[in-house]
Amino acid sequence: MNSSQKLPLRKQLVLQAILLFITFIVLFPIMWIVSLSLDPRGISRPTELNLIPPGASLQAYKDVMAQPTANPVSFAQLALNSLFLTGGVSLFSVGVAITAAYTFSRKKFPGRKFLMLGIITVLMLPAIATIAPLFVTLNQIRIGDFNLRNSLWGVGLAMVAAALPFAIWNLKGYLDTIPKDLEEAAIIDGASPNQVFFRIILPLAVPALAVTFFIAFLGGWTEFALSWQFLTDPQDFTLSMALWNMTGQYAGSVPWSHFAAMSIMVALPVAVIYLALQKYIVGGLTIGSVK
Amino acid sequence: MAASTEQPRIPSQQSKKGGFSGWMRRTANTRTAYYYLLPALFVMAVITFYPLFYQIWMSFTDYNVRSLNPNSAVYQAPAWIGIKNYLDILLPEGRLLSLMPNMHFWRLLYFNLFWTFSNVIFHVTLGILIAVLLNTKGLWLKGVYRAIFILPMVIPSLVIATTWRNMYDPQYGAINQMLASIGALFNIPPETFHIRWIDQIEPPIKWFLPMMPLPLSYYAMLFANIWLGWPFMTVVATGALASVPEDLYEAASIDGANGRQQFWNITIPMIRPAMIPAAMLGMITTFNLFHISYFLSGGGPLRQTEIMVTTAYRLVNENREYGLAAAFSVIIFFVLLIITLLTNRVTRATESYDE
Repeated sequence: MNSSQKLPLRKQLVLQAILLFITFIVLFPIMWIVSLSLDPRGISRPTELNLIPPGASLQAYKDVMAQPTANPVSFAQLALNSLFLTGGVSLFSVGVAITAAYTFSRKKFPGRKFLMLGIITVLMLPAIATIAPLFVTLNQIRIGDFNLRNSLWGVGLAMVAAALPFAIWNLKGYLDTIPKDLEEAAIIDGASPNQVFFRIILPLAVPALAVTFFIAFLGGWTEFALSWQFLTDPQDFTLSMALWNMTGQYAGSVPWSHFAAMSIMVALPVAVIYLALQKYIVGGLTIGSVK
Repeated sequence: MAASTEQPRIPSQQSKKGGFSGWMRRTANTRTAYYYLLPALFVMAVITFYPLFYQIWMSFTDYNVRSLNPNSAVYQAPAWIGIKNYLDILLPEGRLLSLMPNMHFWRLLYFNLFWTFSNVIFHVTLGILIAVLLNTKGLWLKGVYRAIFILPMVIPSLVIATTWRNMYDPQYGAINQMLASIGALFNIPPETFHIRWIDQIEPPIKWFLPMMPLPLSYYAMLFANIWLGWPFMTVVATGALASVPEDLYEAASIDGANGRQQFWNITIPMIRPAMIPAAMLGMITTFNLFHISYFLSGGGPLRQTEIMVTTAYRLVNENREYGLAAAFSVIIFFVLLIITLLTNRVTRATESYDE
């Protein structure tokens, strides 16, 4: 703790030993899954631990790219479905949320407290706890053979139910931190409310919009419960559903090297986004937490 | 609040004008506010609030798989059955038990609460200790450790849960294989490490917890979730530590305070305002942590590691009892409401103490 002293060597070594031990525990599952994914033998289950399996290759990745599960659907199709779903939901939620977030952050009007309480109440409820009414109501919307419930659009709508209140609350948290001076100056100069919003607030809110979009995206990328409950056509399946089809009791004859390659291919895109935006995302999570 | 800001304007000259134009001018601000709220309120009314109210209605009906499609031959309109669904869940021998063998609501609630507290205590303690450790002046490789320790946070929890499930496999899992290779150094036969982490019914510590001995899969889940959860607390604690003024420590060491005293009397009080909201967030997240229970243990053995949200999900997904699931979700809502109100009170109490 004392800055004027150098860390004594003995203490340094003890601390390094503790940290190396933690590093080992943190890296163990990651190393395991990486080395499994490099196993070229296609054996159904690993029988021993090895850091680099004999004849390591990217064969498992190639197999997973072609067809991860027993269902006749390619990795690209699954990834497109996940991307369409979470990208669409996040974009729509952020787009619809921004004007509401701005109003809650800046305006005082009758009904404000009541509406904010409504949003917080919804935020408190986990998305899974509204799955029954969403399932049965969306299931009633049928046009010919098309059943809204049994489509990515239906899953998307159900995801918006939770993503939109989150986006409003998160954006409001960010907007609260933007100083009001600029707006006040603009109002004195005779700017209309619309001009204040579009010319001043919106440009300042671009980073907040981006971060909120990515937090919603990270959550949606591995959405499981709704898709698993709603979708029946393998062509609509998402990455999470396929990954679960390759795990444990559902895995059947799927080699674990395929499971490992799939895990890495699902995790890598969001891990990269998360690492790049880490500072903003952690800030955003804590802003969103002030319920 | 809102009304009080509007009031002073009413006696002003403008608003004395009656009629439509006067009303338009008086309400200009409010109307702008509602124009801006309209898109979000419309979407939420349709897709968020309507289903919530529909859920409350459903919870008083026998909505089941035959009520789904009005065009089907076996269609049966949902019938009003009053509070029967709630009684079926809350009473010990209700229908919930016959639908899901071994499922007892009060045991489930007890387990869910204990699961939450035990996890958050480990997350916060480890998070703070490791953050303080990494904050040591002159420590080698700080940046490397910080980069590695963030990894559990950036991997989707779905992937983490499925990976750990395979790692706990008795025969092919990495945990038993590693234990066996360590055991080999001490001439312990590898059969010893055929531990059935997920399925073993016999609780490893018979007296813990009172009235609810915890199965081995609880400890497996706990370990995986500690692996998953502590980095977030370390990140929050590191941020808070950065704002602790250096001279506090210098003054303390001049006064002869040792490291431990400095930790308890300076570090902990200074980072507490940041840690408490993070712990509250962790509490709500862990209470509703679907992935670890559903994917890692599957709620087993004998539904002993099921939590409330996984149970609600299984009622929809496996039992197709939509009315009963709706009632279950309403109960979850009230449990969460109580937890939120209690944690808010704790947060507020500590805030006023600190300021």
